[in-house]
Amino acid sequence: MTSQYRVDAQKGIGSPRLQASLHSLQDRFGKGAMALWAGMEDKDMRKRVKKSRMKNFEHLDILLAELAQNVRARGGNVYFAKTAQDAIGYTLEVARKNGVKRVVKGKSMLSMEIAIDPALEDAGIEVVETDLGEYIIQLAGDKPSHIIAPCIHMNRRQIGELFAEKLGVDYTDDPPALTLAARKALREKLLSADMGLTGCNLACAETGHISLVSNEGNIRMATTMPQVHVALMGMERIVATLEEHRETVQLLTRAAALQKLSTYVSFLGGPSSANDPDGPKEFHLVIIDNGRSKILADPEFREVLACIRCGACLNICPVYGRIGGHAYNSPYCGPIGAVITPLLDGINKHADLCKGETLCGACKDICPVQIDLPRMLAALRHKLAYGSDRWNTRQHNPAEAYAFTLWRLLVTRSFLYRTFLKIGRFFQRPFVHKNKMIRKMAGIGSGWTDGRDLPPIAKRTFTELWSQKYNKDLAAQPAVTEEEI
Amino acid sequence: MSGKTVSLFIQCLVDTMFPETGEAMITVFDRLGIPYDYPMGQTCCGQPAFNSGYRRDAAAAAKHFIELFEEAEVIVCPSGSCVYMVRHHYPELFADDPSMHSRALAIGAKTFEFTQYLVDELGIIDVGAEFPGSVTYHDSCHLSRGLGIADQPRTLLKNVRGLELIEMKDSDTCCGFGGTFSVNYPEISIAMADEKIDNILDTKADAVTGCDISCLMNILGRISRRGEDVRVLHIAQILAGGIGNKGE
Repeated sequence: MTSQYRVDAQKGIGSPRLQASLHSLQDRFGKGAMALWAGMEDKDMRKRVKKSRMKNFEHLDILLAELAQNVRARGGNVYFAKTAQDAIGYTLEVARKNGVKRVVKGKSMLSMEIAIDPALEDAGIEVVETDLGEYIIQLAGDKPSHIIAPCIHMNRRQIGELFAEKLGVDYTDDPPALTLAARKALREKLLSADMGLTGCNLACAETGHISLVSNEGNIRMATTMPQVHVALMGMERIVATLEEHRETVQLLTRAAALQKLSTYVSFLGGPSSANDPDGPKEFHLVIIDNGRSKILADPEFREVLACIRCGACLNICPVYGRIGGHAYNSPYCGPIGAVITPLLDGINKHADLCKGETLCGACKDICPVQIDLPRMLAALRHKLAYGSDRWNTRQHNPAEAYAFTLWRLLVTRSFLYRTFLKIGRFFQRPFVHKNKMIRKMAGIGSGWTDGRDLPPIAKRTFTELWSQKYNKDLAAQPAVTEEEI
Repeated sequence: MSGKTVSLFIQCLVDTMFPETGEAMITVFDRLGIPYDYPMGQTCCGQPAFNSGYRRDAAAAAKHFIELFEEAEVIVCPSGSCVYMVRHHYPELFADDPSMHSRALAIGAKTFEFTQYLVDELGIIDVGAEFPGSVTYHDSCHLSRGLGIADQPRTLLKNVRGLELIEMKDSDTCCGFGGTFSVNYPEISIAMADEKIDNILDTKADAVTGCDISCLMNILGRISRRGEDVRVLHIAQILAGGIGNKGE
């Protein structure tokens, strides 16, 4: 049975449009980020920020309390949501109290993780994405396929047709003209919205503010025009000090978009006041756990919480670069999605994400905070291999486990191993094609031979050649020979 | 030059399917006067099990390997990913067993990839080989990213007489092998191999080479199926003077 991951991957591979987009994305942003890191004067910056991220997890409770205290002191509200449902419930209640009919959103992956949009819509509230890419996705009724560039799978012609249909403008595929059309439509929504709903790139405990980076200015409008601003924050997105904040933001914008700093960096931390008249009447910070505590508690996976969601790993991953984001079937795609999705939403459920990479290590190289994603992918596979009570994971593939048990019997007993090879060499004979390669195998082997040839077991293995040809001085060898082992 | 006797660590795929790569290594060592032996009883380093999550099974293979090679002066392998397994994953596998852990570290410290051993340990940059033709080099992942070996093979190749080294686009992008990944997710694996092969063909080189037979087997398998006209050679075969080539 072919899994959905494989089916969707094949769709991505088969789309020339997607392939062209992914190539240009990776050639520009993936290589760009690697060049930035190579040329960075401050060689220790990434290490330093990683260290501060990990250090903050040691006393996350204290930092979050400090953050909450400082936000509240400025008149903001803070709510700790254990689950997605808690976060949705709180936000709906804020909306109800304020008679909210229209919500404008800043781009937020967490809002997708907790699936808050459908809940708001069910409550009769209109939800409008204001990030251009997310707006396009929303108009198309599609799903994002990249953490930073959500509509990377669409080209300008498609977007032109979409705008002509949904916004009633004349067809054009000129990006500035399309951007203007979106701007016009979005301005109306932004000016008439009752609530702004955003994510949170980073929160600073020391100052009690959150920050949001954007290049379109939509976040600034969405957080200051409406009467109410609700910010959704993953509980791990905290820095202790403003100094840590400075360095972390610099890495974020460099990794995400090769920018020393994004066009806009918004610092938000409470409602407007007499001293600071700009801003909403109400500010709510919703700090969301939704499975993060469990990750925090496991030393094997804690490191993944250091992620600042820059999306750089997508820009270099050769698997993402072929299949695109939709195959991951999660708001978080690419290498980071392959680790975080199973941890948040079930390792068995997302077994293909754990197993569907080559562990090439490019994601670790490009990561601004050097997260060892390949190590964690291997650790996830370890859970799948034997099951894990801690992660409520059952053995994924008993047949595979059995095969590896047999494999273990062979590789720890060289006489058996050699015998097995001889038997294999005998039975492979009918399958060796005239180009001296095996072109067709059954079962699991077909995974190889459906698209590739396989060299057969050699007439004489190296071990046999050694015994017959190279080991001229058998007497001088240690007494142990293969047959005796 | 080091007078150490090299214990040949012949990767399972080299042993069973590409013995000519092992023979080529012997040719190079003979030419350079490097003594070697071959501990009998070698099977597999355990990498397929480790990468698939079967750590208990991988640990059994690791124990077999450690016992077999413990007495070696120095261990040299024509495969970057196997060396990476021994150096980096063996100690992980025995994290909870102090005695095995230190044995794993000791084995790792004396295990080297073929080109790394020649260049970094012995200071050899010219093995006196000849190869008429142009070659492009594939950086395998665990070799280049894991072990940081990228210059050593290039240095050796550049000093091969008659050889023209042509760099391909994205030489350090994964070829799509990934062990069991290649059979579990063939469509992705092949799409990645095709990308690699297109970049190889763009160089118009006569041959593609590398330091990992697993990647080369993937590239060779796809090249053979596509019917492309480019040779696939392990670097040892080129450094040996290009004898015993498969995929011609």
